[in-house]
Amino acid sequence: MRDTTPPPSRLPARAGVGFKPQHFDDAMAEPGAVEWLEVHAENYMGAGGRPLAMMRAVSERFAISVHGVGLSIGGEGPLDPDHLDRLAHLVNWLAPASFSEHLAWSTHDGAFLNDLLPLPYTNATLTRVADHIDALQSRIGRQMLLENPSSYLAFAESTWGEPEFLAEIARRTGCGLLLDVNNVFVSATNLGYDPRSYIDAYALDQVGEIHLGGHDSDTDDTGAPLLIDSHGRAVADPVWTLLDYTLARSGPRPVLVEWDADVPDWPTLSAEAARAASALAKVAA
Amino acid sequence: MTVTQTEFRAALFDPSSDVPEGLCDGQGRPAGRRYNVYRNNVAVSLTEALHESFPAIARLLGKQNMDGVASVYLRQSPPSSPILAQYGEDFGDFLDAMPQLEHMPYLGDVARLEWLLRAAYHASDSTSIAPEALAALPPEAFDNARLILAPSLSLLQSRWPVLDIWTYATEDGAPKPGGTAQDVLILRRGYDPEAHLIGSGAAAFLASVTSGAPLNRALEHATAKDPAFDLAALLGLLLGTGAIQDIQTGAMT
Repeated sequence: MRDTTPPPSRLPARAGVGFKPQHFDDAMAEPGAVEWLEVHAENYMGAGGRPLAMMRAVSERFAISVHGVGLSIGGEGPLDPDHLDRLAHLVNWLAPASFSEHLAWSTHDGAFLNDLLPLPYTNATLTRVADHIDALQSRIGRQMLLENPSSYLAFAESTWGEPEFLAEIARRTGCGLLLDVNNVFVSATNLGYDPRSYIDAYALDQVGEIHLGGHDSDTDDTGAPLLIDSHGRAVADPVWTLLDYTLARSGPRPVLVEWDADVPDWPTLSAEAARAASALAKVAA
Repeated sequence: MTVTQTEFRAALFDPSSDVPEGLCDGQGRPAGRRYNVYRNNVAVSLTEALHESFPAIARLLGKQNMDGVASVYLRQSPPSSPILAQYGEDFGDFLDAMPQLEHMPYLGDVARLEWLLRAAYHASDSTSIAPEALAALPPEAFDNARLILAPSLSLLQSRWPVLDIWTYATEDGAPKPGGTAQDVLILRRGYDPEAHLIGSGAAAFLASVTSGAPLNRALEHATAKDPAFDLAALLGLLLGTGAIQDIQTGAMT
């Protein structure tokens, strides 16, 4: 298979899953279709103990994608220098095949809010996010991938479309992009646009990693569907269809299944990875 | 119409406040309850983090009360870092100060015990001395030696039967706690944190050792507190769990 993944990611264009400590023994013994693992950076920032020992062991066996969930790249304030140091230390230690973060903010006035909060797509946001990515990439000494968010609302002040906004950030900073196909489906449903037109507008040649995850369903004040990116269940069928649509245009890419809440047993998670692997096999053939 | 992060954040923590103007759905109509997704994500995820970090407190309070306490705490003391394992360092102090919990005055110490167990889990790995190294010291060198203890080790001195309460809350069928003060030694065996009930002499000894006192001084403090203090038993526990990192014998340099 020709690996068409662009340089910021050195992950194999195969299936991976989000690593959970309770799966350690099973993942090491029966990896199945799982060829690489994603770990959340902030879970491996302790000084020592079992988490770091586990990470040493899995990183010897699997390619690792370090996924930050707490840098607040879209924050109005400056990036937290202590957190930049911790990320640099972790990336230096693990030398992961990929490092990624989110187009979102999560820290304000020193309070970490533990959610990926939304941004208006304006020139001011673009400049700020690009500056923060420059600072991060220079601190960790490598390129990162930036992930598209799940949206539940929009900003009246936005002047950019989201795919164009992300492409422009990639152009200015040299970062790659991460494309979360579930996030596209969730946002498209919530904001009323066609998810395929979003994929068509996305800079697929910059995409170093694709994410999948499960979502929950609710409704807004008008009774319109409101999907929630919960990562708490299996990937929905229309999201698998959207993955096929994407891979047919992007070519093979590393594809990750994330399942972070109500985490299932390893065979269930590994079966999701096998489904991603067969989607990849279709485009490799 | 711009929405600043200050406005967005202020409304997150106050469910009665209006959704900031300038947030909308895909057709430009006011965002309404769509904004509540973020309110919910923040409150639920931080509440879950506290449940996970303080399971004994959650058992003692019950889920509903724990949710209520967490909802006050996360607004008063949101995390100051994205490392959620480090969230809740002052949760024990917060519980102590909460007037509605005056009838459970031991909760603060139980929370501090849970915090120290978690700190031990994430503490630096350390090498340990061979058990023979201590016994091989000549008596005068032993007297003046200082022990360097593992970074995972800590001591909790409580007015309450804190270890019995914690055990009662975390183990099915554990006996109801009695009424005496307890001193607890927290350490790590391999990668697994453990809590050990120790006597007042052992607590005085460890407090003295960790403040840098030589062994003879620490032993004086221990026997002053408890004439029956059993040094060999305590050293056996420390050596057996790899909790002594180094011995400094200043007299020999």
